[in-house]
Amino acid sequence: MSLLDLFQWFEYSSLLVEMRSSPWLFPIIATIHLLGLAVIGGAVLIVDLRLLGLGLSRQSPAQLARDVEPLLRGSLVVMLATGLLLLMCFATKYYYLTAFWVKLASLCLVLIFMFTIRRRLIMTSEMKVSAIRSRLVGLVSLSLWVSVVLAGRLIGFP
Amino acid sequence: MSLLSFCEWLAATPGSIALHESHYLYLIVLTVHVMTLCVFAGTAVLLNLRLVGVTMLRVPVSELMARLLPWTVAGFAVMVISGSLLFYAAPLDKYGNLFFRTKMGLLVLAGLNVWAFYKTAYRSVVEWDSDPVPPGGARVAGCAGLILLAAIIAAGRMIPYQTYWFE
Repeated sequence: MSLLDLFQWFEYSSLLVEMRSSPWLFPIIATIHLLGLAVIGGAVLIVDLRLLGLGLSRQSPAQLARDVEPLLRGSLVVMLATGLLLLMCFATKYYYLTAFWVKLASLCLVLIFMFTIRRRLIMTSEMKVSAIRSRLVGLVSLSLWVSVVLAGRLIGFP
Repeated sequence: MSLLSFCEWLAATPGSIALHESHYLYLIVLTVHVMTLCVFAGTAVLLNLRLVGVTMLRVPVSELMARLLPWTVAGFAVMVISGSLLFYAAPLDKYGNLFFRTKMGLLVLAGLNVWAFYKTAYRSVVEWDSDPVPPGGARVAGCAGLILLAAIIAAGRMIPYQTYWFE
């Protein structure tokens, strides 16, 4: 089965045909996706700003990251679940959209980056990390997230 | 001059027509509005959750507000400017849109909530600054802030769906 077959199977499954014919289900799922964006935005921003030397300064990046960990995980689950539903609603259309694949690629990159390089840097004692390295990691993380949101916004454009 | 005739006048101005008819500018403004949501709502969610006593319990409330509120305020300014431009591009559509009207009403309530918080609970912040769970008044303000924020985002997201729901 090719990827296109899979996407078509998503879109034409009886559940999804049902979902599309409802005028309110898609906007409601899209709204939940947007609410999740606000929470994940805060959870990512507070730590990345700290890495950039902005926002909160007296707390260590490790403490801030631990504090917002439940928010990050919770919103990530909501985003992935609602995102998958949104994808399934119009899978064949998205298959042909460059913005969709850019979003998917940036999302994979940022998740890998967050749970490897960024996490390791955050958990390392601040004395051992140069300011430049921590700024660079914050900048890469923010840039990748901006790319995810920007490409996500472009998906919805005419 | 009534609100409707103001909207009619605004819709006929060259700038409004240009923005409405523009191919990219309107979409760029819309993108800025959505991207800034992460900064404005993201930091506002954290501040409200701190008032409720859910997150960053070891950070004093006044410190969190001093370091984070500038980002919330800057984000809000960009939201207001980009949002006004979106309204400017189609004043009559927005005037008749129930979701838009709801959103504006909710924004006023959110403003009142912030004002009430500063007038009451925040006056005695020195007494509870470092408490993991702030007193009732602050928790109510945080809770109301979260609900209003979610409702504002939801109403805004629904603006394009007016035709499907009510017409």
